[in-house]
Amino acid sequence: MADKNCFSMIVDSRSVNESFVRSVISTFAAVLDPTVEEISDIKTAVSEVVTNCIVHAYPDTIGKIYIKCNTEGNVLTVRIRDKGVGIPDVKKAMEPLYTTAGDERAGLGFAVMQSFMDYLRVYSKPEKGTTVIMKKHISVRYDLRR
Amino acid sequence: MAVEISLSGEVITARLTGEIDHHTAVGLRKEIDNSIEINMPSLVILDFERVSFMDSSGIGLIMGRYKNLSKRGANLNISGVNPRLYKMMRLSGIERIVKVDSPLKGEKFDG
Ligand SMILES: Nc1ncnc2c1ncn2[C@@H]1O[C@H](COP(=O)(O)OP(=O)(O)O)[C@@H](O)[C@H]1O
Ligand SMILES: [Mg+2]
Repeated sequence: MADKNCFSMIVDSRSVNESFVRSVISTFAAVLDPTVEEISDIKTAVSEVVTNCIVHAYPDTIGKIYIKCNTEGNVLTVRIRDKGVGIPDVKKAMEPLYTTAGDERAGLGFAVMQSFMDYLRVYSKPEKGTTVIMKKHISVRYDLRR
Repeated sequence: MAVEISLSGEVITARLTGEIDHHTAVGLRKEIDNSIEINMPSLVILDFERVSFMDSSGIGLIMGRYKNLSKRGANLNISGVNPRLYKMMRLSGIERIVKVDSPLKGEKFDG
């Protein structure tokens, strides 16, 4: 089992950083030896959160996205925070298909985080920003050393 | 991210390659819609075989093209969907409105 580990970083809310952040986090999680499916789940959920910061939190400006990750035991924890516009009604925003951003958004970001990860909490305050915390249990596979 | 568009009769096939997210979806949307505008197809096939990653922006892309084609009385099909992409498509319920061809359809997936 891997040792406790953590990293944090701050990136600009530019759409090129969507792929950058999901690559960094999936690489960080690699010590837990996730399956292809687990990596895909993590990448997808992270991409949803980062996209939300870019599209919704900072709609007309470039702001900062604050990222913290840790691994403990076989659990990956990801915390992503913005200081953007915030969400007035989190419960409503989390309903599948709910979107405030028109035609090309599916309104499925939170539904993806919910179903692809094992734990999801969203804290938000209008004008203050939003924090998303997600956890993923990585399956422990047969270890030859045992 | 790239899209390779080919035309055969009234059928457009758009072969997508790489990662689909909010950043790359914009360009894809423009290229596909442009080809629809010019060629007036009766069917568009979006081929996902070479797509290595897709988040819900991919669902937005599909839905947007579906609406565009429906207005013109044309159809949309999805092909080449691997298990990871299929998980997203299943979650979105898109199969209820668009024909999804996946080699692994019907199999069980984790999660
Ligand atoms: N970080 C955020 N800051 C402000 N609003 C947000 C944020 N994340 C999500 N939202 C709000 O929640 C809604 C639903 O988000 P989501 O499920 O990802 O769907 P989509 O991004 O397709 O709109 C968004 O349309 C937006 O109104
Ligand atoms: Mg979203």
